[in-house]
Amino acid sequence: MSAPDIKMGRLSADEIAEKFGDLHPPLSRPEALIEADRCYFCFDAPCTTACPTGIDIPSFIQKIRSDNVQGSAETILKENIMGGMCARVCPTEVLCEEACVRNTHEEKPVNIGLLQRYATDPTFQSGAQLFERGPETGKKVAIVGGGPAGLSCAHRLAMLGHDAVIYSRDDKLGGLNEYGIAAYKTVDEFAQREVDWILNIGGIDVRTNIALGDDIHLADLQRDYDAVFLAFGLGGVNSLGLENEDADNVLNAVDFIADLRQAEDKGKLPIGRRVIVIGGGMTAIDVAVQSKRLGSEQVDIVYRRGADQMGASQFEQELAQTNDVSIRHWSTPIGLSVANGLAQVKFERTRLDATGKLQMTGEIWTAEADIVFKAVGQTIDLESLGGDAQSIEQRGGKLVVNEARKTSLDKIWAGGDCIFGHDDLTVSAVQDGKLAALSIDRHLRGEEANNG
Amino acid sequence: MADLKSNFLGIETPNPFWLASAPPTDKAYNINRAFEAGWGGAVWKTLGEDPPIVNVNGPRYGAMHSNERRVIGFNNIELITDRPLQTNLDEIRQMKRDWPDRAIIASVMLPMNEETWAKYVPMIEDTGADGFELNFGCPHGMSERGMGAAVGQVPEYIQMATEWCKKFATTPVIVKLTPNVTNILPPAKAAMEGGADAVSLINTINSIMRVNYDTLTMFPTTDDMGSHGGYCGQAVKPIALHMVAEIARTAETAKIPISGIGGIQDWRDAVDFLALGASNVQVCTAAMVYGFGIIDDLTDGLARFLDDKGMTGVSNLVGRAVPSVTDWQYLNLNHIEKAVIDQDLCIQCGRCHIVCEDTSHQAITHKVNGERRFEVIDDECVGCNLCVSVCPVDGCISMQAMTTGTDPRTGQAIKSGKADWTTHPNNPMRKEA
Repeated sequence: MSAPDIKMGRLSADEIAEKFGDLHPPLSRPEALIEADRCYFCFDAPCTTACPTGIDIPSFIQKIRSDNVQGSAETILKENIMGGMCARVCPTEVLCEEACVRNTHEEKPVNIGLLQRYATDPTFQSGAQLFERGPETGKKVAIVGGGPAGLSCAHRLAMLGHDAVIYSRDDKLGGLNEYGIAAYKTVDEFAQREVDWILNIGGIDVRTNIALGDDIHLADLQRDYDAVFLAFGLGGVNSLGLENEDADNVLNAVDFIADLRQAEDKGKLPIGRRVIVIGGGMTAIDVAVQSKRLGSEQVDIVYRRGADQMGASQFEQELAQTNDVSIRHWSTPIGLSVANGLAQVKFERTRLDATGKLQMTGEIWTAEADIVFKAVGQTIDLESLGGDAQSIEQRGGKLVVNEARKTSLDKIWAGGDCIFGHDDLTVSAVQDGKLAALSIDRHLRGEEANNG
Repeated sequence: MADLKSNFLGIETPNPFWLASAPPTDKAYNINRAFEAGWGGAVWKTLGEDPPIVNVNGPRYGAMHSNERRVIGFNNIELITDRPLQTNLDEIRQMKRDWPDRAIIASVMLPMNEETWAKYVPMIEDTGADGFELNFGCPHGMSERGMGAAVGQVPEYIQMATEWCKKFATTPVIVKLTPNVTNILPPAKAAMEGGADAVSLINTINSIMRVNYDTLTMFPTTDDMGSHGGYCGQAVKPIALHMVAEIARTAETAKIPISGIGGIQDWRDAVDFLALGASNVQVCTAAMVYGFGIIDDLTDGLARFLDDKGMTGVSNLVGRAVPSVTDWQYLNLNHIEKAVIDQDLCIQCGRCHIVCEDTSHQAITHKVNGERRFEVIDDECVGCNLCVSVCPVDGCISMQAMTTGTDPRTGQAIKSGKADWTTHPNNPMRKEA
């Protein structure tokens, strides 16, 4: 066996530029007008009901029809301050577009995602501010985490006149929008433009490279601020629980995705000729497709259950397949060895038993790869909460909140990926931040009991 | 397939589709292309006295678009022909020689004195044109000079000019009526009194298309000012149909042949005009929007329709719907209809509910047993047809007549006989039934 075939520059700069261009090019004005015309302006619209942030979709589409594009953007952004990013990354086919009544007879919903992008893009291009900071209340809220939930909460608090301080362990704000989404879904530094636009409202103080548990402590925040919103996402990465998992060519998918997003020159990222991705969520698809687009010859996703159980949406699964990534279902890794730098993964086939439980079959197969990516989920880093704070009610290793996103602890709200029951979507994180801000506001104005 | 051959006032054409007098019929070149495409006839762009008028050189047309930029409505401020009379006459003569089986009608607009008509009518007829159409309709430009709609709005003038034309013409004279009147019957009667062989309608409707949202001037403008234009296209068809039907169903005017004009785009539009009393139809805007090729659908669709109805020719269709047009006071007030929603076709958009709830009779549910569901509440439904009109799914909501039992809305038994307003107890002027 030769050394692993891992190298940079498998494709030319032009090829990479093409492969990492916009996955869904934006609609032109004529295209948008024709698509907008397809909207029936439903009563109590099912698409709006299906949207986690409750955007009034018929209304924003009607405003596109009437060439009131900024009005349309405001309709979107007042419910979902990250409506720009969500237009790019939302799995619309299982949200608004799945609910579209056009599906009944045509199976072709209104393209709400691209219309939303058409409506919001000009606002982020011009930087026009559509919202104003409310009269200052003198209240101060600490937000831990600079991702969609934290930014959404901060912006809403600013609109309501409260000061917000965002603590981010990362260099840049944006969270998974900046570090965790495939590059072709958000080109041209859109994530940072969106962050800048959100912060422009004023009243939001940003402190980067500060980690909860190390540099700041929850008890202090609880003492020093009028309220705290925890939105630190999932800091930990699940392991496979196998030996040799720390080998040089066994990597965490989330790290590679982040490196790819931050890379000045994607051509300089080393990638294997043969790649195995273990997992079945969006992260697995993102790393697999991007590996392929960097020039990997063979990329296999191996998932322990079937297509229906994959966390990745149908669209994402198809995206993988049309990018020549093969998805192998019903196998789970049981052994990992590295010889001459080449990884060998031993898989055992699985099946569901009559009760729907995953069973091992005893049937073994092995595969070799230059790089193995682990994409089997992330976990909350509970230790960061420190001391007493760990007493926040938890379930499944995540924080429990009520409908208003209030935790069991005094003055502490939480949202985003770190709360129990979250569906790991950007749009849901934005809604968490919004709901928490509204609840914090009611609390700070004395309209809502502290325990929410 | 049914024969579309048409005989209008003795003028025979292979089909009942003529091009209306308008920009498409300005010169031989265009009409030659139209006849090659299959049009049955053409009413030549309106001739006037020399020296010819001049047109503006900025926009002459404006359009109302759908979001797909389909032209729904259209207007123009072009005047009558701006070419020398002799040029037009020479071309008409040549075209009649080249296309003996197609109709060429000379549209004319002349000042209100008999000498002018005496001079020009024989000169025009000498070209071999099949007849005249008197343009008493154009609402823009020429009307400011006492012609076009300025004549068409005064029945006495219509009669006078028609008489002059008839006096010097040997071929049929069609009077083209303006819709810019409150009642189409007096102008139609005046045309008959003047001896017209037929009327054609409608000409265009006074209109301003819109405002320019940047300059806050009217739109379009010539330089920085604009003027109202004549409105036409699909959007005007219902107005035209009403006027055609009024003439066709009124005893004094029922006998005059009608050439129907206004928003005809496909064969079904032609069926509308023919069934409501027109004997042939004229088309302009659809040709200006799509070119002459639309004649293929017009003729093919009409022929197949006649076949389906077991009709052998266009004349079987003419006027078939006229007896169904009446005054409101004669509508049967005993007739009860209720909307019925086909739940299998319903896509649950809820448009029927919200329009009924907001603007009508609160007669459609939006939830049944907690589930999103749209059902008609017969206790409230007055049978207004609003839900049918707004439903985006063809055939999903229909109106169904109640013939027996009790109307749950009024609690009154359904009566079988007819009863209208003329005998209704609430009518102070009622007649005994």
